[in-house]
Amino acid sequence: MKNKNLVSITDFSKEEIFKILNLAEEFEKNPNQNLLEGKVIATLFFEPSTRTRLSFESAISRLGGKYIGFTDAASSSVKKGESLKDTIMTVANYSDMIIMRHPIEGSARWASEVSRVPVVNAGDGANQHPTQTLLDLFSIRKTQGTLDNLNVFFVGDLKYGRTVHSLLQAMSMFNTTFNFISPEELKIPVEYKMFLDKKGLKYYEHRDFSDIISHADIIYMTRIQRERFSDPMEYEKTKNSYVLRKNMLKNTKENMKILHPLPRVNEINIDVDSDEKAYYFTQALNGVFTRQAIITSILGLK
Amino acid sequence: MTEKKLQVSAIQNGTVIDHIPADKLFDVIDILGLDKINNQITFGTNLESKKMGLKAIIKLSDIFFADNEINKIALAAPEAKLNIVKDYQVVEKKIVEVPDSISGIAKCGNPKCITNHEEIITKFQVVNKKKVALRCHYCEKITDSEHMEIF
Repeated sequence: MKNKNLVSITDFSKEEIFKILNLAEEFEKNPNQNLLEGKVIATLFFEPSTRTRLSFESAISRLGGKYIGFTDAASSSVKKGESLKDTIMTVANYSDMIIMRHPIEGSARWASEVSRVPVVNAGDGANQHPTQTLLDLFSIRKTQGTLDNLNVFFVGDLKYGRTVHSLLQAMSMFNTTFNFISPEELKIPVEYKMFLDKKGLKYYEHRDFSDIISHADIIYMTRIQRERFSDPMEYEKTKNSYVLRKNMLKNTKENMKILHPLPRVNEINIDVDSDEKAYYFTQALNGVFTRQAIITSILGLK
Repeated sequence: MTEKKLQVSAIQNGTVIDHIPADKLFDVIDILGLDKINNQITFGTNLESKKMGLKAIIKLSDIFFADNEINKIALAAPEAKLNIVKDYQVVEKKIVEVPDSISGIAKCGNPKCITNHEEIITKFQVVNKKKVALRCHYCEKITDSEHMEIF
């Protein structure tokens, strides 16, 4: 995996995904190691993402590495009109690896083609966010003991949610049954249904958030954003229909876990937080171990 | 008095591209760069066709295409047929084939794609050959034939 780019979750084979997950398990037991001593990693955030950036910076710091970069495009030369290609070619001279978040889709693929050091995509617009997918897989495997034959429910914005799309692609390798719960306006795009049809996987679409969740092994919640609705009335009507509350968990499976890529607004009521089925904060912690595994694999250190 | 007749019927040597959808003629001209060559070329469009309603036809004198070159027009004219003419005789007939991947011909339909923001040669995987649909190598979004723009 040395020098491999991680732009899209489909860049990694099943074996490579397992390698990352196994390595992340090792880092979970021993997160502070001096593996990155003498390494410089660039974290280029062309749009702000505090959570993802801090998770990467924590992963690097715990391994004794240094990071350089910027936290939003306003404080970089992009503001002066520099092209992405020029920024990447320059920063590649200063670093051993580039981790980037960019609002334009396909930017990370393009960067990986012009960079002489490996590129890790930390989110490119609505397209991909593969390190999130790997930490989601890690969280699912850790809580369920397997990735095979699970029943996964996705709830909320399934149209624009890139974490949903990438996780769906990845889980399709494990004979998953998918359930999609969303308002009509934010339903799962047809291209992903075609993808699942081609793979011969079962999926069900629901407009209501109901007792159906009693079948779930994993409930993956996402945020519904006001700006995604063409009709603000429609948003007002639907915004409270996709909220998970503690009293809805009564008939759910004992080992069911609730995941959320965070930040949460109100789609998971805070009364759920204390329930043992709530897993989203531990999921965020798993992000550090998973990113440690990704960085050290790509740098050929593990 | 000499007979007035438009000389469109025959070419001595060259290629005839037939069965182009009438509204795609200019796309085909663009793709093949026919506006930049000096050979004799005859275009006909809005011609009646039993099979496709209205069709267009292009006759190119002394021009012969390599397969990978001519297959590019499949994006605009997937049912196009080629007649290779030598000494006024059709010596070979070919149909175009939609290639597996294309580069630098079409524009990605996603306004948020990097290829629409920086100078990048577009690359696509052809995901549907019958009703042409392209998957962008960069943003991974699908551009279908209705939204396809040819450079």
